[in-house]
Amino acid sequence: MSELHTVRVTVNGTVYERQVEARMLLSDFIRHELGLTGTHVGCEHGVCGACTVLFDGEPVRSCLMFAVQADGHEIMTVEGLAPEGEMHPLQEAFHEAHALQCGFCTPGFLMTLKPFVETHPNPTDEEIRKAISGNLCRCTGYQHIIEAVKLAIKKIHHSDAA
Amino acid sequence: MKPPAFKYLAPTTVDEAVAYLAEYGYDAKPLAGGQSLIPTMNFRLAQPAVLVDLNRVQELSYIRPAEDGGVLIGAMTRHVQVERSDLVAQRLPLLHETVPFIAHPQIRNRGTYGGSISHADPAAELPAITVAHRGRVQLRSTRGSRWVPAEEFFLGLFTTALEPDEMVVEIALPALPPRTGWAFDEFSRRHGDFALVGVAAAVTLSAQGRVDEVRLVFMGVGDRPMTSAAAPAVLVGQEPSDEALEEAAQRAAQEDIDPFGDVHASAAFRRHLASVLAKRVLTRAVERAQAR
Amino acid sequence: MAGRYFGQPIRRNEDPALLTGQALFTDDVHLPGMVHVAFLRSDYAHARIRSIDVSRALERPGVIGVYTAEDLGDYWQPGPLLVPPPPVEDIIFHQRTQVPLAKGKVRHVGEPVVMVVAESRYIAEDALEDIFVDYEPLPPVVDIEKALEPDAPLVHEDLGTNLAARVVQRKGDYEAAKAKADVVISRRFYYDHGLAAAMENRGIVAHWDPKMQYMTIWDTTQAPVVIRNGLARMLGLSESQVRVIAPFIGGAFGPKIMMFYPEEVLIPWLSLKLKRPVKWIEDRRENFFATTHERYQVHYAEIALTRDGRILGVKDRFYHDTGAYDPYGLTVPINSQCTLLGPYDIPAYHSEMNVVFTNKTIVTPYRGAGRQHGVFVMERLLDIAAKELGIDRTEIRRRNFIPPDKFPYNNEVIYQDFVPLVYDSGNYEPALELAKKLIDYDRFLKEEQPRLRAEGKHVGLGIVAYVEGTGIGPYEGARVQVETTGKVNVATGVGTQGQSHFTSFAQIVAEQLDVDVRNIRVVTGDTAEFHWGTGTFASRGAVVAGNAIHAAAKKVREKVLQKASEEFGVPPEELELRNGYVYTQDGRSISLADLAVKANPLRGAVKPGTEPGLEATMYFGPERGATASGVHAMIVEVDPELMDVKIRKYVVVHDCGKVINPLVVEGQIHGGVAQGVGNSFYEEIVYNEDGQLLTASFMDYLLPTAMEVPPIEVGHVETPSPWNELGTKGAGEAGAIPTAAAFVQAVEDALADYDLEILEAPLSPNRLFELLKEAKQKKEG
Repeated sequence: MSELHTVRVTVNGTVYERQVEARMLLSDFIRHELGLTGTHVGCEHGVCGACTVLFDGEPVRSCLMFAVQADGHEIMTVEGLAPEGEMHPLQEAFHEAHALQCGFCTPGFLMTLKPFVETHPNPTDEEIRKAISGNLCRCTGYQHIIEAVKLAIKKIHHSDAA
Repeated sequence: MKPPAFKYLAPTTVDEAVAYLAEYGYDAKPLAGGQSLIPTMNFRLAQPAVLVDLNRVQELSYIRPAEDGGVLIGAMTRHVQVERSDLVAQRLPLLHETVPFIAHPQIRNRGTYGGSISHADPAAELPAITVAHRGRVQLRSTRGSRWVPAEEFFLGLFTTALEPDEMVVEIALPALPPRTGWAFDEFSRRHGDFALVGVAAAVTLSAQGRVDEVRLVFMGVGDRPMTSAAAPAVLVGQEPSDEALEEAAQRAAQEDIDPFGDVHASAAFRRHLASVLAKRVLTRAVERAQAR
Repeated sequence: MAGRYFGQPIRRNEDPALLTGQALFTDDVHLPGMVHVAFLRSDYAHARIRSIDVSRALERPGVIGVYTAEDLGDYWQPGPLLVPPPPVEDIIFHQRTQVPLAKGKVRHVGEPVVMVVAESRYIAEDALEDIFVDYEPLPPVVDIEKALEPDAPLVHEDLGTNLAARVVQRKGDYEAAKAKADVVISRRFYYDHGLAAAMENRGIVAHWDPKMQYMTIWDTTQAPVVIRNGLARMLGLSESQVRVIAPFIGGAFGPKIMMFYPEEVLIPWLSLKLKRPVKWIEDRRENFFATTHERYQVHYAEIALTRDGRILGVKDRFYHDTGAYDPYGLTVPINSQCTLLGPYDIPAYHSEMNVVFTNKTIVTPYRGAGRQHGVFVMERLLDIAAKELGIDRTEIRRRNFIPPDKFPYNNEVIYQDFVPLVYDSGNYEPALELAKKLIDYDRFLKEEQPRLRAEGKHVGLGIVAYVEGTGIGPYEGARVQVETTGKVNVATGVGTQGQSHFTSFAQIVAEQLDVDVRNIRVVTGDTAEFHWGTGTFASRGAVVAGNAIHAAAKKVREKVLQKASEEFGVPPEELELRNGYVYTQDGRSISLADLAVKANPLRGAVKPGTEPGLEATMYFGPERGATASGVHAMIVEVDPELMDVKIRKYVVVHDCGKVINPLVVEGQIHGGVAQGVGNSFYEEIVYNEDGQLLTASFMDYLLPTAMEVPPIEVGHVETPSPWNELGTKGAGEAGAIPTAAAFVQAVEDALADYDLEILEAPLSPNRLFELLKEAKQKKEG
């Protein structure tokens, strides 16, 4: 085994420290070292978006980063979207709009969309579709996901109107 | 699809980074955004012995105004920063128009300008745009630094003027001249895919409305960004009539590119797309130049 | 029987776990001491293995073991034939099934050759690079028509031919029908159907516990019960020593019903041998080579019609690529052969199916499972006939629809369930009319299209009809139990991969027991909970398992009322079940929880023959399937310069009988259409002449994103199946079946001025470029 590196990283508000090989992908680190298996791996070549997490607040593909690169940074995964037993408005909207079937790609969509719904009070359909164009879903045909995004935005930005 | 083992170095300054590159030479590879390198390693198509991770070199992340009216971009500036930059929107509208075509939001959050041009994928947007803008690339090593015009930087398929101990530190993009219109367009199978063909155009008109200068640069149809010689030959000094633009596009697609075929498009189809897109971007660039 | 629960758009029980990252998928299983497997797979399509040297791999630190076919001893056996050939007269069928690790010869790129087990997957992959296999390349079999030429190389030399099967099916006398025809149209069709590309790849974790003498296996399978039974037998264990769990599965769409995959046989064997938990998770590259595909067929088809467009008969000879082995028998080509007949009253049919071995990945069903090949051929024949006869394309279909009074309608050909294909019920014209209305057929053709054409836009409409044989046997079972907690347990043997079974099955039970759907816990795919069943395939979950659950729930309802009747001294018919309580007319009540306690007395005596608890297990085995149907329509815009096609509008009118949960059915349709869109213009499996797969990544195999899938409008027609009590028909595959036929028709329509005739799918910008060039040359030449 090659040299080990110390990775100290904050994930969902908790600080973790682990010794890992430099080549360990961030996706494997999150899933298998930290046991946060809500982040899924679908292609390991950066196309499907299932492994998307927030890295310092921005969505990135965790299969295209090494865990060592996360040293000193902050990550949020699907487990951190809402306190235990609660759901983020985006999660609620996915539930209400039937925006998931097998649910495998869903955490990636949620993490891609979190900053989007929070910063886009009135997106067009085209903007929503572009925002999720880096996430593949094989079950839903996307239509209910797009409806869920609108519903989430309504919950976040226009809750008094609802 | 797990990457092979490598030695990992994480410099925090350019000096430190180039010292590592000097020490490890051909064995070392700089790691920028990693959005091309890491998938290639996951497929084990690349097996660098040493990775010099530039992500902690903060001095390479900036977008600054240049004195000539252009913009200086640090090599580790991420696509998303360019996409959101007001300075770029204002001074480099062609680049501003192009960045959203690069892959997907998640990729643009990680990928860097310097990484993209160093990788030199002939189907990528930034190499072509850098050439279209008559950009210059600053390279550094322990031996010193040098500026290379973009046209001389891209030497072939995934091949650049970079020596093994060198890295890109800055890209200088001059502003377009006055009375210049611009346009970029590409055709890809799906939104965000590598384009089958892309074309960037910048057309400068004289005060009388004749063509003073034309830059027409293709991507995806050769081993590097392909600059058209035919388009200026046809258009300079002419009225930019529809017929003239059509002729320029046709001749450029016949004479100035060297397309290859793959599962998505034959060479003949790529040549066809090149002529269609060239006509479209030239037309739009002329319209914009006329409106300025 | 739409009720309080059945037929309602109830939000799903499974969502909270999935949305918060708590749902367990196979790769989420972590066990102490677990080791990891990687496979060395063939780089050649066809080659002899001269020797294998694994010595360097064994020396690598962290490597635990390296295995070739020789190391498996007697455990090395070709897999079972999963689906035997149907009982058709004069059938030719040659069984050649996959092997755990290649021995002597490799027959497709990606066939596993060596298994490495190591402390981590990273190390296991490192060790693959240490192994040297000396191959002698052989000429590969790639083209299915050339494969049958006398001098073709052979995939299985001992067979002396690449013909895996030939099946001729007949209805009526086609030649006599043809003799009476006014018009006969014949064409060659090519239809390529891609691969499933579920977002989750396959994976297996096997844990042999030597102290408990118990094997637990987590497997991404659609058929856990069959896997358990088979593995117990292969491993020499009792079925009661093996538990197979199909946990949450990230999409399946057919290939995960294939069994036994080599890895499925090897990982449990290795765990037994090493006495350690062993994990293998397929990566995306492996998925392209090692998970089964669907692929192309070539049809030489002919249709005979009267002048007024009535079909007199259809004749077809077709070739089907089954890949290197045929463990799934003839299911896919039989579906093509039968589904070609569609919703039409066709008096004479003659169809010859030729199934061909090639040096490619095995072909087994993928959503649609050959049905779309048949639909494409039939719908294209009708389009061409309509043009030639000057009849409107919807009119020619309407004239040939089986009328509602002709059901049950016997097609007289044997279907994938080994019995003649008889449609249970159908009412096709209203679906066509509704689709025309939703796509605004008349106005589009009379006003919209001419107006847009005048503006230089190339817009076209496609509209096609189809049927889908669903819900076939043999059977499924279910156990329903009211617990002493008041919660209800439902267990069934099918696996679930996103079909919302945790909710729709609960709705069936809720309808009988009147309890909140959220208080019904459905367990699917765990052999420790229910060990009879065949699996989730052929759009049969809601029909077959659904009706078994319905029957069990009814039985439990009877028991509940019977028990309450004893408690209250009131006849059962005077009791009412409401919100988890049983009420008497005079206002007394008892909760289901308390009844469950009373039904399981701990002291005292019960009547002889009493079964404890409020529980029932029932089975449902339909004699025949239920035939769903529908019409798809779309409007496309073609850019004839860039050769790009955008779908502007998409309409589905669907008849799947009684609907359990309309939200779920809508989701199934949307997802099916998205896969159909992929199959029309984006996804393509490309092999070169060396048998190398050129589209083996998500960079080259293009799944549609949200930018490519259009908004879809869904209309419903409801013709209940008379052959099951719930009246349901399957809904899983229909969305994906007719899309390419509609797409090609629409593209042709959009490019009417080029006089194009498209006889193939999928299209691509590049292919359209070639077709237009040919059409222009033909016009000028």
